[in-house]
Amino acid sequence: MNATRDGWLANPADAERREVRRAEVVSALEGVLPHELILSHREDTQPFECDGLTAYRAQPLVVVLPETEEQVVSILRTCKKVGAPVVARGAGTGLSGGALPHEMGVLLSLARFNRIVRVDPVSCTAVVQCGVRNAAISEAAATHGLYYAPDPSSQIACTIGGNVAENSGGVHCLKYGLTLQNVLKVRGYTIQGEAIEFGSEALDAPGLDLLGIVVGSEGMLAVTLEVTVKLIPKPELARCIVASFDTVEAAGNAVANVIAAGIIPAGLELMDKPMTAAVEDFVHAGYDLDAAAILLCESDGTTLEVEDEIVRMNAVLTASGATRLEVSQDEAQRLRFWSGRKNAFPATGRMSPDYLCMDSTIPRKNLAAILRAISEMELRYGLRCVNVFHAGDGNLHPLILFDANNPEELHLAEKFGAEILETSVTLGGTVTGEHGVGVEKLNSMCVQFSGAEREQMFALKRAFDSQSLLNPGKVIPTLHRCAEYGRMTVRRGMLAHPEIPRF
Amino acid sequence: MAQTPPELSHLIETIMYARNAGKFLNIVGGGTKCFYGEEQCGEPCDVRRLSGICSYEPSELVITARAGTPVEEIEAVLAKHNQYLAFEPPRFANGSTVGGVVAAGLSGPARVGGGSIRDFVLGATMINGKGELLTFGGQVMKNVAGYDVSRLLAGSMGILGVICEVSLKVLPIHSSRITLVVDRDEEAALSFLIGLARQALPVNASAWHDGKVFVRLSGAPSAVEEARKRLGGTVLEPGEALAWWDAVRDHRHAFFTRSDAPLWRISVPAVAQPMKAANQFIEWGGALRWLYTDDSIVEVRETASALGGHATLFRDPHRRSGVFTPPSGALLEVHRNLKHAFDPDGIFNVGRLYPGL
Repeated sequence: MNATRDGWLANPADAERREVRRAEVVSALEGVLPHELILSHREDTQPFECDGLTAYRAQPLVVVLPETEEQVVSILRTCKKVGAPVVARGAGTGLSGGALPHEMGVLLSLARFNRIVRVDPVSCTAVVQCGVRNAAISEAAATHGLYYAPDPSSQIACTIGGNVAENSGGVHCLKYGLTLQNVLKVRGYTIQGEAIEFGSEALDAPGLDLLGIVVGSEGMLAVTLEVTVKLIPKPELARCIVASFDTVEAAGNAVANVIAAGIIPAGLELMDKPMTAAVEDFVHAGYDLDAAAILLCESDGTTLEVEDEIVRMNAVLTASGATRLEVSQDEAQRLRFWSGRKNAFPATGRMSPDYLCMDSTIPRKNLAAILRAISEMELRYGLRCVNVFHAGDGNLHPLILFDANNPEELHLAEKFGAEILETSVTLGGTVTGEHGVGVEKLNSMCVQFSGAEREQMFALKRAFDSQSLLNPGKVIPTLHRCAEYGRMTVRRGMLAHPEIPRF
Repeated sequence: MAQTPPELSHLIETIMYARNAGKFLNIVGGGTKCFYGEEQCGEPCDVRRLSGICSYEPSELVITARAGTPVEEIEAVLAKHNQYLAFEPPRFANGSTVGGVVAAGLSGPARVGGGSIRDFVLGATMINGKGELLTFGGQVMKNVAGYDVSRLLAGSMGILGVICEVSLKVLPIHSSRITLVVDRDEEAALSFLIGLARQALPVNASAWHDGKVFVRLSGAPSAVEEARKRLGGTVLEPGEALAWWDAVRDHRHAFFTRSDAPLWRISVPAVAQPMKAANQFIEWGGALRWLYTDDSIVEVRETASALGGHATLFRDPHRRSGVFTPPSGALLEVHRNLKHAFDPDGIFNVGRLYPGL
């Protein structure tokens, strides 16, 4: 769904009203910001029309590129005064359209806040501005033998501000946690332009634990400008096992068996056969192309600890029916094993002009069930789907291949994706594990949450932003939208199975 | 809602009654933390009939239980499968319930290695001030669908609503666990503890009191053994170690059992300066400092603030008001608005977290 397709530009009267509004907002901003930091011509705003979810595009009224905190405060106060929506943007790598511009709003690019304020090896923390790249934090901490654990696949480009907005994970979050577990403090501004801090450098902060709600709030509660992150000592050694399986079910069971054996691997990833073939073709990692599925299972820690754990992992994987096991013998080989997994998206891009990446999470026990359901959907929709999977924490990334030049295919792909999400909810899961709702999964939120739950989320947002100016229209679908989508809430939890005596 | 179980319908009725009659409700589980927080007011709203484990599958690393389920029951079931609640919830008396554990938001000694209770809350079902039954989060490790209200309930002291059911992440019990004791004065102990955090060691808990540092190592046998060799000190006999940490966790250790003076919980960055105060017990690698002092609330708050942290009047023989450090500026406004967003008529645990909230 292209946002501009049905949007303001289509209707001449709307387009004119929009130009009038643009002039108003620009003039208000020019009162507080140097002229060169305001972009309002279409050719200048075009690069900001989408984030990593390129199927959705919209032109912002204005793009602002502040360089100082004072400028951010002035922008927020101005927007609040004139009632203009504000969408904050980092590197624009998000996969759910969380940074999709608002056609009547201001796009607040925070790219210039890219300074590492300090790395403190004594307290094992780093203070970084929101626009610092994820990987840059670990690079800066490396001289102290420390690193920042969350490693989303886009880590060379994505920024910490965006990671906070999405509560980003990565392949190592099973053992080391998500962004939330690795962030101590978020400093930023409310839509009123007031300074606000969530969390603290201590292990807790007084009052309600607002850090837990702000991390993952997709820029709808406050604008993050600075983040204090936890750094942890680099493990002495990491080794990775690549295990092949004859069936996807066997690989899924092996994952459950590893966990049941009391092992929390540093990473535990699954790729199905088509995905393996695609990445092998791209990076030549030496994967087994005959396997129905391969697992990457990583151990890290001290040398002795890793040796012990690799032995235990090998035993569990063998007992679970692994047909081939290969253990990395050195760091170069380990990185090669991971290079395939980390390049799953670009490799998919080579296979197909376009793809939709889903992000649901399910209880691990339902892995085989969801993969069977996806195979059946492939036939029904006539589209291919390849699967990568953060198997350790149940987070699926089915990639639905289509050609965007064919409107029918895009439509089918969207329906295919929505069905995967609904099936995930039915299986006890959630519509998004780490990419966020953004605009992409608004409809699916109607399936996961009841009207009262969504209204409670709106109320929570209004507690921070009474006029709903920060990233409006994202994350929580309106009642009207859900009614139009016409799907019933698929309840898991308390009322899902009324036949089971629960209380 | 014909499907709503009777215990829940009863709770919703109680809430609707309170709402219409303009009465306050005081949410009660095992009543083991009545001493904590500001003075309670309102009619008791007992959640203990919501009891029992709803689902638990060890390989999923998640347990879901109704709010009134005793923590002991949950831990016993987990232990059968060699798993545990890695935030090590304190219990200050028998009968502590999981709902109360989440609402109080307290984590035990293993906070250092495991994480805080908030990190382990995966989902919750609650009733808000409008009597609506709502579910947030879920039973999976990764979930960013909407705002994760379930995490917000951790430490909310019941002011946002009645917790009915919670899903908690659980972890396997490490195969090896030992406690080392090293002699150090406060200043040396703090540098020792900060040094630990910089090394990749399986430190699960740490404490300092009366010239002795206690370090609990927990992990793979090889990692624990390597750390033991590196750190030195004496190894506590396993039974003694278990009893010692349990006593610290539950405040049965002799330091915590005084009733003649106010006990302060001072949460600071681990690298904060030594307080050089008598009557002090340090936990969490230096980040948690318990202190008996007769200094005024304002004075203790200033001390904590100068160290970069905040102070809670954890137990007070005089039950003075001003237990928690109040939020200021924009945060105060957000607190008020959130209370109103969840409990528009102000019926739940009014004043328990902050006076008037």
